[in-house]
Amino acid sequence: MSTDHRSSQFDIAVIGAGVIGCAIARQFTLEGARVVVIEKAPDILDGASKANSAILHTGFDAPPGSIEASCVAAGHAEYLKIHERLGLPLIKSGALVIAWTESEEQRLPMLMERARENGVEDVQLLSAGQTHELEPELAEHAKASFIVPREYVIDPWSAPYGYLLQGLANGAVIKRNCEVKGGCFDGVRWKLDTVQGQISATTVINAAGLYGDIIDQKLTGSTRFSIKPRKGQFIVYDKPASALVKHILLPVPNDVTKGVVICRTAYGNLLVGPTAEAQDDRVNAALSETAMTALRQRGEEILPALADHDVTAVYAGLRPATEFKDYQIHAHEGLNYITVGGIRSTGLSSALGTAKLIYQRYLESGEAFQPPATIHWPKVSNIAENYPRDWQCEGNQGIVCHCELVTRREITEALEGPLAVRSIGGLKRRTRATMGRCQGFYCSAELAKMTQPYFDAAGSTVRSHVGAN
Amino acid sequence: MSGLTEQPTEQLSAQGPTRGDELSGMYGPENKADVVIIGAGPAGLSAATELRRCGVQSVVVLDREPVAGGIPRHCDHYPYGLREFSRLLRGPAYARRLVVAALAAGVRIHTGVSIQSLTIGPVLTVTSDAGVRVVHARRVLIATGARETSRAARFIGGTKPGGVVSTGALQGLVHLEGINPFRAPVVLGTELVSFSALLTCRHLGIRPVAMIEPGASTTAFWPARWLPRILGIPLLLKTELLTIEGESTVSGVTIRRPNGDIERLNADGVIVSGHFRPESAILARSHIELDRHTGGPVVDQFGRCSDPDFFAAGNLLRPVETAGWSWQEGKAVGHAIAQSLQGKLPSPATGIAVELAGRSLKYVVPQRIVPTDVPPALDSFQFRVSHKAQGRLCLSINGTRKTVKSLSTVPERRIRVPLTVLPRSPSGTATFELVESDR
Repeated sequence: MSTDHRSSQFDIAVIGAGVIGCAIARQFTLEGARVVVIEKAPDILDGASKANSAILHTGFDAPPGSIEASCVAAGHAEYLKIHERLGLPLIKSGALVIAWTESEEQRLPMLMERARENGVEDVQLLSAGQTHELEPELAEHAKASFIVPREYVIDPWSAPYGYLLQGLANGAVIKRNCEVKGGCFDGVRWKLDTVQGQISATTVINAAGLYGDIIDQKLTGSTRFSIKPRKGQFIVYDKPASALVKHILLPVPNDVTKGVVICRTAYGNLLVGPTAEAQDDRVNAALSETAMTALRQRGEEILPALADHDVTAVYAGLRPATEFKDYQIHAHEGLNYITVGGIRSTGLSSALGTAKLIYQRYLESGEAFQPPATIHWPKVSNIAENYPRDWQCEGNQGIVCHCELVTRREITEALEGPLAVRSIGGLKRRTRATMGRCQGFYCSAELAKMTQPYFDAAGSTVRSHVGAN
Repeated sequence: MSGLTEQPTEQLSAQGPTRGDELSGMYGPENKADVVIIGAGPAGLSAATELRRCGVQSVVVLDREPVAGGIPRHCDHYPYGLREFSRLLRGPAYARRLVVAALAAGVRIHTGVSIQSLTIGPVLTVTSDAGVRVVHARRVLIATGARETSRAARFIGGTKPGGVVSTGALQGLVHLEGINPFRAPVVLGTELVSFSALLTCRHLGIRPVAMIEPGASTTAFWPARWLPRILGIPLLLKTELLTIEGESTVSGVTIRRPNGDIERLNADGVIVSGHFRPESAILARSHIELDRHTGGPVVDQFGRCSDPDFFAAGNLLRPVETAGWSWQEGKAVGHAIAQSLQGKLPSPATGIAVELAGRSLKYVVPQRIVPTDVPPALDSFQFRVSHKAQGRLCLSINGTRKTVKSLSTVPERRIRVPLTVLPRSPSGTATFELVESDR
């Protein structure tokens, strides 16, 4: 690859501000590169990254030897290393992989063996009695389980936001509402045509998630994979339900899916999901009453006491699966172009590890940058339940969203901060406003009033920021 | 936004509602009050006024909104106030009058204050701009009202575009902020509030494309059911809303018609109305017992909760009743709290439980009865049915069953039975059941 950085505006252009793009932007910036992140949506995390199970996986069940396995392991380790400095939460829950039938019970030793192959040595087999001792609300017919102590719950939005925020604090640039139309490589650098004009960078990294194959086509004329979106629907229970479990409850996975998970969220709710449904549409993650009812039923089969609890929210996400099992990471020879595609459901866990791997790949044909003398560590304002929150502090200007205890000061900061939100979705992900049990019954009017000047200035319409629940 | 903007009169503004940022020391030096009331809606304000009338010294009402008055504040239509003020009023004027009456009686109202916890004592932790504070009281009345069930909780399928709102959110948008979220929405539901949504739409020239009701008739009665016809809005009965479509905003909905046909309607918004439920979140994380039928607290005939230092009134008890009803109930429970402070209420330990059998009855309030000569605050059992039903309402005590009354009713219609239906000194459990007759 060319190393003529002086003549180009940016060293690296990252296409896509999902969790992977945010982590890559951070990595390259901290290595000393001038990075631009290009996102077609009004806000970051608006594609595949907006809906997932919010778990920091160890990678115990990944195919041994896969890129995914090594990225998840490295991502897990890196998150533990940096989360406190960035102010990112960690709920040390641990996970139980639970066998409900005899045949599932027979598969537990094999899964534990795979975990050890993946470097997750601390798994431990538990009898039915031991399992119920750890999780007293679990349905009686659980046969056995094994515990994966280092599977944790994290905040799926604060984490990537924190990664990008640190990138920006150290010199990276973000361009939102900036779809890439095409581009060409002149042998030295890329000229990307975007709806906001031309952007020049020495190297392009395609982290376009659900559009990874399309971006490959547009820029290189070919692609080695095609995205086959897999939809996952989730139901979220009201906060009192989170008292019913301590661990992440995982089923014994099959070939198609990891199955329905039950876990607490960082915000103090209880999550049941996902489904795994193939579809062609890359945009619409439609919910179906049948699937939601089935999830509710499955949840009650696992935790009978859930029958007495209310569902607060429902959502669906699309994972950018491909025809291949593993991640699709390709450095294109002589083209200063790296594809980071097919990052399926493990993207949140693997992101920091994937970013490290991409930097290694870059170094194989490019030259190292000069890291900055000082690295800034901005702290993300916390929205997780068990860490100090703004409503507990003086001068918070009162609460706007009472279900999620979001203060006026938090909303104003999100609207005005260095990575100011530009859509109601962005505001919800940043502050959790309207995401609680009343789903905006109470605070929609106030939020619409507060956001209107900001969103209208960003070219949004009032209708699109009212009551997107 | 100041709590003083809707101050009713000049002379009252000096002692008017106080914003939470002035909370420090406002209950006296130690943040204490005889009675703290949570919620400045019709029930909370009438209870507060009554407590002062009964001579209780310090009565403090806390509300999370910036302005006191509750839901009527954004119901800009008639009829309010006939029972309370012998005048026909619109909601906002009615809310202001409630506030005036409470302030005139010497009630302190603090807005912008959110309750975080209720514990034995009674002790409350509250939060406001000033951060977290602890408040002590001798009694607490919880009157936090009700809210509508969200789209999410109803498992309505489809995508999640902007423009899907509850009636509460719509009224807040239109009446409090002057924001017009759509031009041609569909309305889901036919409860009273659903017709209120139609009036709200009319206010801004919004023209709903249809009103959708899964049942065979509207839930609310005449004259409400004629309103869509008068406004020229198609009322689609026996019709289900299947999915909501759209990316950033609603582009349409799909519905299933009575004959099973699936149709698509163009619309740019959805008003998901009704299905009220008590706003009982603070109770769910407290030590106070909740009733899984109403979703509100278990109370005796004085509105007294399982912890007898806490009382409840208004729509928190049983969604949903009118403002006038809640006002009346608040007044009666306020009176009971004053009696409780004087040691005049019987011990709660002697009470019997009131339960439901079968599936036809949705809930009963109150859920406990204490034998006593003290007149009750809630003088009748209140029921609702879960589906259209007719039959005999029966009461069983200690294995003896009798018919209380014959019923032919639909959901959301108020059913009352006087407490005197119970023997003077009941024991065991009182169980109500609606025995449906074959049709």
